[in-house]
Amino acid sequence: MEKLISEFSFGLFFWQLFLFVGLVLLLWKFAWKPILEAVNSREDGIKDALASAENAKKEMQNLQADNEKLLKEARAEREAMLKEAREIKEKMIADAKEEAQAQAGKMIAQAEESIRSEKQAALAELKNQVATISVEIAEKVVHGELEDKKKQLSLVDKMLNDVTLN
Amino acid sequence: MRRKFSIKKITLLLFLVSFVAVSQHHGDEAGHKEATTQGTSEDAQKKSIKDYINHHLLDSYDFGLYSYTNDEGEKVHVGFPLPVILWDDGLKVFSSSKFHHGEEVAKVGDNYYKMYHNKIYKTDAEGTLNFEEGDHEHPTNVKPLDFSITKNVVFIFLVSLLMFIVFSRMAKSYKKNPMPKGAGRFLEPIILFIRDDIAIPNIGKKHYKKYMGFLLTVFFFIWIINLLGLTPLGVNVTNNIAVTFALALITYLITTFTANKNYWGHIFWMPGVPWPMKIILAPIELLGTIIKPFSLMIRLYANITAGHIVLMSIIGLMFLFKNWLGSSLSFGLAFALALLELLVAALQAYIFTMLSALYFGSAVEEHHDH
Amino acid sequence: MTGLNFIGAGLIVIGAGLGIGKIGGSAMDAIARQPEASGKIQTAMLIAAALIEGIGFAALFAA
Repeated sequence: MEKLISEFSFGLFFWQLFLFVGLVLLLWKFAWKPILEAVNSREDGIKDALASAENAKKEMQNLQADNEKLLKEARAEREAMLKEAREIKEKMIADAKEEAQAQAGKMIAQAEESIRSEKQAALAELKNQVATISVEIAEKVVHGELEDKKKQLSLVDKMLNDVTLN
Repeated sequence: MRRKFSIKKITLLLFLVSFVAVSQHHGDEAGHKEATTQGTSEDAQKKSIKDYINHHLLDSYDFGLYSYTNDEGEKVHVGFPLPVILWDDGLKVFSSSKFHHGEEVAKVGDNYYKMYHNKIYKTDAEGTLNFEEGDHEHPTNVKPLDFSITKNVVFIFLVSLLMFIVFSRMAKSYKKNPMPKGAGRFLEPIILFIRDDIAIPNIGKKHYKKYMGFLLTVFFFIWIINLLGLTPLGVNVTNNIAVTFALALITYLITTFTANKNYWGHIFWMPGVPWPMKIILAPIELLGTIIKPFSLMIRLYANITAGHIVLMSIIGLMFLFKNWLGSSLSFGLAFALALLELLVAALQAYIFTMLSALYFGSAVEEHHDH
Repeated sequence: MTGLNFIGAGLIVIGAGLGIGKIGGSAMDAIARQPEASGKIQTAMLIAAALIEGIGFAALFAA
């Protein structure tokens, strides 16, 4: 202890105190404060960046979920549309078939009608012609037959028989 | 760019000086050896080594790089003198070369001064020193107030300057770029360590900022100056009780003047104990506030002093052993010890900072129930 | 200077050494048990060791 006290140098103490306090003040102003502030602001910056990255990630996830939802909806819609279209198509085909059948039926009916009327007309004409020809033939026959009395009579008889048969 | 260059030059210069000093130290020791082999006994060599260690541990008035005994038997000192500043009926400033390394009396104006055991005394023209009976250590002559720029003061100043340049440049580099550059890459983790592992856990997030200036400065100051004490320049600043006293005093003053009501309450009227105990505890706690910085002072001083004494003694052993085995063994031991001292240099800086932070923390601790 | 004060200082240094050794050992145990709390344990260890060291130095310088 005595050694320590005798060793104690007031001048060195004074200079150490003076220089060290000066150093603390100077360094605080020119070094520590700006360094600590810079480091703090950098750390805050990193923290902010991390937080915003996290936010972006969350937003991204939300977006993705939205997208998925939209996609699902779109798919469902497409499905529905396709189904409808198919139905329409089938209906159209069915309609067309029906109409075609109806049309065909109608045409067939018309054709049959016209065929029948044509036949009727043809038959009527045939009958007329046959009648005319028969009359002519009869005229000719009668004309021939009437030359012979007996023949005339027999003819009349025959004709009469025919007529009744008819 | 120019500035950068000049700083590099200074660093280079410091390195060169330290290497020159290494080789000269070697020469110095060799000189001792030569002096002792010139017909003196081993005891004289032991004494010269002891003197050398004592001399190394002490502050001095000149910046002595080395000294040796030349062939004519004269002691030659290489170095440069430093200003001596005395306050003795007015300011007296003169060069320490006037003392001729303590061998002569310095005449300044009408006063005479003599250096004895590294202290300056006022004497007469012949330089007589008066001693009490049986004492050869402490002359009774008047000691003038001594503000001399000694070797240690020069070193304190140089380290302060170095720290200021390095850290203010580091601070400037942050303005351009948020990431540290150069030395900052190495220093920033240390600064963050002091903030996150010393200041914040011990003082608390609320108050730590106002102590950061002191904590950071004291850590780097003690560390750098301890490390420089290990270089062959061998200027030990922290083994001067005056230096550690100044550092501990600052810690004490900061603790005392920033302390809150709760701190003083715990000292004078310890809560939670019966009142007779409170009366007994008050002086003990009050003494404790002084013992805490006192132990800071002693710890730093004693660790560095003891480390240097042991290291230099083992280096001295190399010259005492006159065979290859002993010398090489003590060389290995000295090398290991030097590495240990590197650790101690940082550890003492850490402990000083840590305990200062702890004391500050107790001074600003908020009240909480026990 | 009878030398007794040095013996006393020696005793105190032995005591301080034992104390610091015990602190170090206990801290090692604690760290082994709870490695995640090693930072806090180290701090507490250093403080306790520093306090004992202070007593040791006080004894050395009183001697």
